[in-house]
Amino acid sequence: MKQVFAITRGMLPVDTSYCPGCTHGVAHRLIMECLEELGELDNTIAVSPIGCSIVAHQYMNIDMCESAHGRAPAVASGIRRVHPDKVVFTYQGDGDLASIGVGEIIHAAHRGEKVTTFFINNAIYGMTGGQMAPTTLLGQRATTAINGRTKESNGSPLRMCELLATIDGAVFVERVALNSPGNVRKAKKAVMKAFEVQKNGLGFSFVEFLSSCPTNWGRAPYEAMEFIKEEMIPYYPLGNFRKPEEF
Amino acid sequence: MEKVLMKGNEAFAEAAIRGGAGFYFGYPITPQNEIPEYMSHELEKAGGSFIQAESELAAVNMAYGAAAAGGSVFISTSSPGVALMQEGISFMCSSEVPVVMLNVSRGGPGVGGIQPGQADYFQATRGGGNGDYHVPVFAPASIQEAIDMIYGAFEIADKYQNPVMILADGMLGQMMEPVSLPEAKRMATYEEIRANKPWAITGKGPRSERNVIKSLRLQPDVLEAHIHRLFEKYDRMEKELVRYETYGEPDPEIVFVAFGTVARLVAETMDILAERGYKAGMIRPVTLWPFPFDAFARISDKTRLVVSVELSMGQLLTDVKAAVCGRVPVGLINRTGGVVPTPVEIADRAIKQLKALD
Ligand SMILES: Cc1ncc(C[n+]2csc(CCOP(=O)(O)OP(=O)(O)O)c2C)c(N)n1
Repeated sequence: MKQVFAITRGMLPVDTSYCPGCTHGVAHRLIMECLEELGELDNTIAVSPIGCSIVAHQYMNIDMCESAHGRAPAVASGIRRVHPDKVVFTYQGDGDLASIGVGEIIHAAHRGEKVTTFFINNAIYGMTGGQMAPTTLLGQRATTAINGRTKESNGSPLRMCELLATIDGAVFVERVALNSPGNVRKAKKAVMKAFEVQKNGLGFSFVEFLSSCPTNWGRAPYEAMEFIKEEMIPYYPLGNFRKPEEF
Repeated sequence: MEKVLMKGNEAFAEAAIRGGAGFYFGYPITPQNEIPEYMSHELEKAGGSFIQAESELAAVNMAYGAAAAGGSVFISTSSPGVALMQEGISFMCSSEVPVVMLNVSRGGPGVGGIQPGQADYFQATRGGGNGDYHVPVFAPASIQEAIDMIYGAFEIADKYQNPVMILADGMLGQMMEPVSLPEAKRMATYEEIRANKPWAITGKGPRSERNVIKSLRLQPDVLEAHIHRLFEKYDRMEKELVRYETYGEPDPEIVFVAFGTVARLVAETMDILAERGYKAGMIRPVTLWPFPFDAFARISDKTRLVVSVELSMGQLLTDVKAAVCGRVPVGLINRTGGVVPTPVEIADRAIKQLKALD
């Protein structure tokens, strides 16, 4: 029989610790598939900072290190200087990247570091149990905003793609969503382009994934997909914000 | 070897390059600004790479990344910058990543001042970051000694896979002295990194196993076992790295304990005391951690007083008291906030303390 699908060698054959309906696993797989297709799996170094996905190295079959909360872009900058010929990426949550690590991400982009950042925007702090993130939507409940986020107390959610697209060094910036098969396919294309930008030495590349957190949103997995579609995408528009001419 | 006249900070930077440092990450802070400045133009000539980081927090994390990737890494800052770097230091100790770091210390707390201080003694020796860990701390008393320590620190860091700290002060950073520079080592190639640091994240390549550098251990028994393994290493460091020097005649009635530039002042104080008819000695810890407790075993019954001389409010004193262990009275002669005592002031205060014992 002809084999039509196989799990990428980039993913280790183990169960993940992620909750049912969480899209971390989908994002992991897309990234690893792209690296395999590019022939770069054994040539890649990645950084997983604090957050649910600090354990990404248990699943991604590549050389990796953990990093302190928010510092992955600085860590990746250091790695990149030692290995200019490797593919280097960070994989960060929204508390990690848009809150505690906002300085590191802006300056990695500002220096035009030739690394790629994958940004998992699930509008919540997952690992610590559902506190408000800078990306939590107005009205969305969190354990530190039990009646829902308000603009008066907490400001409006941060849009990281839009912010980074103002920085010259961030040459590829795209937002995708993981809520439907069609969007997952588009997401993979963005991942591929981000890596190609890096491999061509063009500058910093960034892909934001609108992702789910059924556990901390208090929604069933299928409701979580609805939430991405109905609530997140209208506030966080999908699409490309910046790309080099040839892309 | 030929001697050249060099400013401390530039000599420190050159020593790091000659010691094989390929990567430097830093943020401006007085009194060590000449180091990032020097690195920005000299490191690339040696084939290395320099980043002016957006903060010390970023700098230490860049250092962690570069060192985890197998690079030979040097970082420098001054006291408030070291406070920000604690996150990375704790992380590097846990994940066993070697980095050489230099604190050209100044007065605190808070932003404090920019004159020399030793009030980072606890921060350096007790570990300002979270968790159970140790960092070897070397305290140079001259620019030449700092050069030799920095040059040699890369091998120590690599041997133990642990950060190593050099604790200098603003006085050493800003003054000039004739020094001789050691021979320059070549930066490691990619192949050499893979061969000599088989644990480093270099991309899996033909290696049979991928490498993961981590500090997360959620199971308490696993974390405990990891910490015990780290402490077997720290035990070895305590035996193998401890260094001190002693000065003066046998059987002194007063023994000073001082490190870094203060030890140079005390050396002059000892001459003044000799002229005034007192027999003085000095123990100079060269490593602050491990602390040279053994040096104090030699204190004889002739000694009436041991005095910690320091630019802080009795930080070194705590280790001196622990080392003397109640056998002899222990005194303190100190200034702080960036004020440096003269050798005469130290002598006068020492005599006063001796007389108080009569
Ligand atoms: C310095 C520091 N502060 C806080 C924490 C606690 N902490 C662990 S994970 C986390 C939130 C991570 O949320 P996010 O980045 O959104 O990722 P997710 O878990 O949702 O995937 C926090 C605050 C920590 N480990 N370190």
